[in-house]
Amino acid sequence: MRQELNLRGNQALLTRANPLSKFAAVFLITAVLALSIDWVSASVALAFEFLLFPLAGLTLTLLWQRGWPLILAAAVGGWSTSILAPDSGRTLIDVGIWTMSEGSLELGAGFMLRGLAIALPAVLLMSCTDPTDLADALAQKARLPHRFVLSTLAAMRLVGLMAEEWQTIGMARRARGVGSRGSAAQRIKATLGQSFGLLVQAIRRASRLAVTMEARGFGGGRRTWARESTFRPLDIWVLSGGVVMAGTAVLAAVSLGTWNMVWLGS
Amino acid sequence: MTSLSCGASVAVRPAAVSAQGWGWQHAGRAKPAVRSLDLDIRPGERVLLLGPSGAGKSTLLHALAGVLGDMNDDGEAGDSDESGSLLVDGAPPREQRGRAGLMQQDPETQVVLSRVGDDVAFGAENLAVPREEIWARVHEALNDVGLSHLPLDHPTAALSGGQKQRLALAGILAMRPGLILLDEPTANLDPAGVLEVRDAVVRCLDKTGATLVVVEHRVAVWKDVVDRIVVLQPGSATEEAVLLDGPPDQVLAEARTMLIAAGVWVPGFVPDTRLRGQEAAAGAGSLLLAAENLAVSRERARRRGFRKVPPVPVQAGISAQVRAGQALAITGPNGVGKSTFALTLAGLLEPVAGKVSATLDLSRGAGIDPYGWKAEQLIERIGTVFQEPEHQFVTGKVLDELLFGPRHLGHGEERVDELLERLRLTHLVDANPYTLSGGEKRRLSVATVLAAHPQVLVLDEPTFGQDANTWAELASFLSELLDAGTAVVSVTHDAEFTAALGGTEFRMAAAEPVAR
Repeated sequence: MRQELNLRGNQALLTRANPLSKFAAVFLITAVLALSIDWVSASVALAFEFLLFPLAGLTLTLLWQRGWPLILAAAVGGWSTSILAPDSGRTLIDVGIWTMSEGSLELGAGFMLRGLAIALPAVLLMSCTDPTDLADALAQKARLPHRFVLSTLAAMRLVGLMAEEWQTIGMARRARGVGSRGSAAQRIKATLGQSFGLLVQAIRRASRLAVTMEARGFGGGRRTWARESTFRPLDIWVLSGGVVMAGTAVLAAVSLGTWNMVWLGS
Repeated sequence: MTSLSCGASVAVRPAAVSAQGWGWQHAGRAKPAVRSLDLDIRPGERVLLLGPSGAGKSTLLHALAGVLGDMNDDGEAGDSDESGSLLVDGAPPREQRGRAGLMQQDPETQVVLSRVGDDVAFGAENLAVPREEIWARVHEALNDVGLSHLPLDHPTAALSGGQKQRLALAGILAMRPGLILLDEPTANLDPAGVLEVRDAVVRCLDKTGATLVVVEHRVAVWKDVVDRIVVLQPGSATEEAVLLDGPPDQVLAEARTMLIAAGVWVPGFVPDTRLRGQEAAAGAGSLLLAAENLAVSRERARRRGFRKVPPVPVQAGISAQVRAGQALAITGPNGVGKSTFALTLAGLLEPVAGKVSATLDLSRGAGIDPYGWKAEQLIERIGTVFQEPEHQFVTGKVLDELLFGPRHLGHGEERVDELLERLRLTHLVDANPYTLSGGEKRRLSVATVLAAHPQVLVLDEPTFGQDANTWAELASFLSELLDAGTAVVSVTHDAEFTAALGGTEFRMAAAEPVAR
């Protein structure tokens, strides 16, 4: 967790864009894709997203390592949709209550591609955006209250620590005779106890961190920023890239007649 | 270099401290934390604060840093009760953001941001220092604490404890405070880390001339670099909070016996501990536990897609033996995997390679591999005391805490009274474990593990941050256990502790980096 949030070594072009413009582009694309379940708009967007990989310093291996649950979830979603969706067209498979037809397969494929196409931009965004830079942009450019933004950023650093603490508390409790193995009920009980221990430690850590921050003058009205969050010409390209991707996806789907607004029913 | 190119750095104006009849009571507490304190500290003075726990040392530092109490939005204290006056440069500390800088004990919470440069800049940003000036200060501060070799985007998570504390010091220096407050800054560090931090502090004080107030149990570390020692006691209506005040040598000479009685680590004094019985110490007991060619890591195998990747071991090729009635001290520098090894030996972590095997004397039908034992089987064979006692508390009452193991096992409740007596916890049976003092928590955590009567006792840094009294009690108690045939494995940096227990030292050195 702690290493994966770290961008050191990633020199790709998109790491230099402002996090806000990247965020806006991602928002545009996912918003458009959320409107329709069809395979054309999703595959067009997906194709664009794969083209962006090198610009974000992401590789297929890295994607699989970090995002395999998303990929599996999309595949499972597509599979179950194609089995359970109302049938239309020629029937391809018929095993008792499960049937897969051309229509339901199309819907299933659309569902899977759409899931991927919506999830990938977020993975792309995180792989080329440092949380500190995101916080800078949110506070300086989006004018969110800096107390809120910086506290969240500092708390995020503790999340990684808490993961280590969870493991330590688990061991410490085993050394007291609290088993984490056994029946489901025993495990749930053990997990609840361990969660309480973690909660106590999290509160202790958080209050000490709050004292540290306050002692460094945090919480006053005016503050300056050591890192200036700026928009550059690159950000215009990022934004227009987002518009082009979203637009092309919609146009392609509409012109091929597959555009299928979710709330209009299928 | 950077500091020169940006013009001479602004001189720091050392701060003066003045307390008159000052007292503080935390909201919801029955007794005040500090009462009738009269103290004057001149600008540039360096003061070491001593005193028993409960004398209000930390409360005073927090107050001087302006972070004391639950403040409402107007910056006024909430339900807490303040009396008398406490002033820094003639004004309340709370109104002077950045005039004082505070460093606390836990290195993990002294770091705010995830990159070195950003973390140092944080305080200066909050004081609204102009951007160019901030970076000049960051470079200068990193240079002053000896961390200038790190790139500004170096991840703070990758620093050692001593480096984290030096980073915190740099963050404080970048605010240019006139008063530096250190609250047990080295209690969680190994001996090398202690000197690293102390020397960095002294260098910075020499350069800036700032006033210093430091709280620390280990007097020897600070004695030669402070001008004055102030000994506090829990104040009352009749007695003043300041018990003694003067130059270090004078205070230490006058109050040596009193300080020793209060558990302060006075230089040149090692508390008396019980000696090991001659016969018991000489004879090697039966073999209980053996590690063969062990590779250890805290991480579990990671899932990378469909593949499972075994973790990179922090240390490999470890072989060691644990015998009844013998002390084994695992020593070595930070980060070589001492604790990880001990936890693997204790059946709490799975070996990455090699094996830990229990002999029949220890396993008694539970199987060879301690990691495979059920929790109930484990605790009556191998007991582990963690560095942080709170991690091991599982109930809300001291007595329940002690009875927890025996109740699970279905036997051994009769031993609890003896342990309570022996570790001076009898008066605390109804207290909540989380509310105890540091020394009491340590004694309780040892007692709870021993209540299950394990044959092997594993302790991770049992003496970290402990006062001399708790230290001596612990060492004497463990020596009794050893003579009675318990094997004691301790991970420790404490050479005196190792010597007091006798036995074998198992020194670990840094592992060769494994090529992957």
